[in-house]
Amino acid sequence: MTVRHEVSDELLASYAAGTLAEGWRLAVATHLALAPHARRRLALFEKTAGQMLEDIQPEAPAGDVWVKIRAKIDNQQPSPVSTMPRAAPEKPSLAPAPVLPEPLRSYLGGDVMDLKWRTLGRGAYHIPIRTEDGETNVRLLRIPAGKPVPEHSHGGRELTLVLSGSFQDSGELFARGDIEEADATLTHQPIATPGEDCICLAVTDAPLRFKSMLLRLVQPLLGI
Amino acid sequence: MAELLLAIGRDRDIQAFELLFKYYAPRVKAYLARLERDNQAAEELMQETMIAVWNKSAQFETARGNVSTWIFTIARNLRIDAYRKNRRPDFDPDDPAFVPDPVPSADSLVQELQEAERLRGAMETLPEQQLQLLRLAFFSERTHSDIADALNIPIGTVKSRIRLAFSKLRAALEERS
Ligand SMILES: [Zn+2]
Ligand SMILES: [Zn+2]
Repeated sequence: MTVRHEVSDELLASYAAGTLAEGWRLAVATHLALAPHARRRLALFEKTAGQMLEDIQPEAPAGDVWVKIRAKIDNQQPSPVSTMPRAAPEKPSLAPAPVLPEPLRSYLGGDVMDLKWRTLGRGAYHIPIRTEDGETNVRLLRIPAGKPVPEHSHGGRELTLVLSGSFQDSGELFARGDIEEADATLTHQPIATPGEDCICLAVTDAPLRFKSMLLRLVQPLLGI
Repeated sequence: MAELLLAIGRDRDIQAFELLFKYYAPRVKAYLARLERDNQAAEELMQETMIAVWNKSAQFETARGNVSTWIFTIARNLRIDAYRKNRRPDFDPDDPAFVPDPVPSADSLVQELQEAERLRGAMETLPEQQLQLLRLAFFSERTHSDIADALNIPIGTVKSRIRLAFSKLRAALEERS
């Protein structure tokens, strides 16, 4: 399946520059694992940065740094990484590939069957994911087949990466590997496609604004 | 430069590394100095980057990017690791869930050099406004909204200039896709 909704140039530029906070970076990196074309776009961003490195006004390092570096190199143990040939590729395994790609799988400590979901009510579940950027709120969401995420708008940016199943939003289908970027201007109501629960990674930097008064009341309890 | 780096990886050629070092160390230093207020920190990270270049040289593949791109990514990653307390999540090409690229990448040094040449040419044709934005986006610690504040332009303009710049660069490289 080809990814149809790729990460924006804006986010990709921040990823390439190394300025994305951990939570956003987790979503973009996991998306990139599933989206070869987006990785080719990333390569262009990095090549552009490489070209700017060529063109930068050089700054002389302090003192005779080459002598220092030379000494450091001579004194270090031969690096096993640089001398060992790359390991032969593993034999194709009969086990099916994991649903959750790296780096997400390591953050959750396992693949989908190992997860301990917490209920959000109305058949929806989530698993909060710890990051240390102090900026983002990251969770894995499971929306029941055919059911909507309650209609909401956003205080800030929201990234939703589909990992399993799919959802419809504003007339578009988002399936495995697709990423949806929403900002404060968008009010939407994603609906999971019937037939299969939709599992997605959701990253936000501000609480969602639900239309429903009831949801607004319980929101603090759910932490979303 | 690619030949130098290949020689370093293959033969542990210290003379080749000295040439590479004298060319790149001042550039890596300049890049890091723009991100770090502390000159000493920039100096140390530069040294760490260049030692990593020596140690990892056998992993350099021309097909995966040119030398300056490769060195940029090493410096960038070391910097994130050193100054962010949190992790640096990255995709893993050896992960069984990783989806490989069906389109083969450029596989020869010649192709890589031609592409770098086209990219350089395309960058020269970018308007100064867009170039300035790329420099701020890559060579400063600023987020896009900080850049918007610093230049006193709307965030939407920052985004659209980045988009414009990259669509021109993409077009110039006649993306194979
Ligand atoms: Zn939303
Ligand atoms: Zn394309």
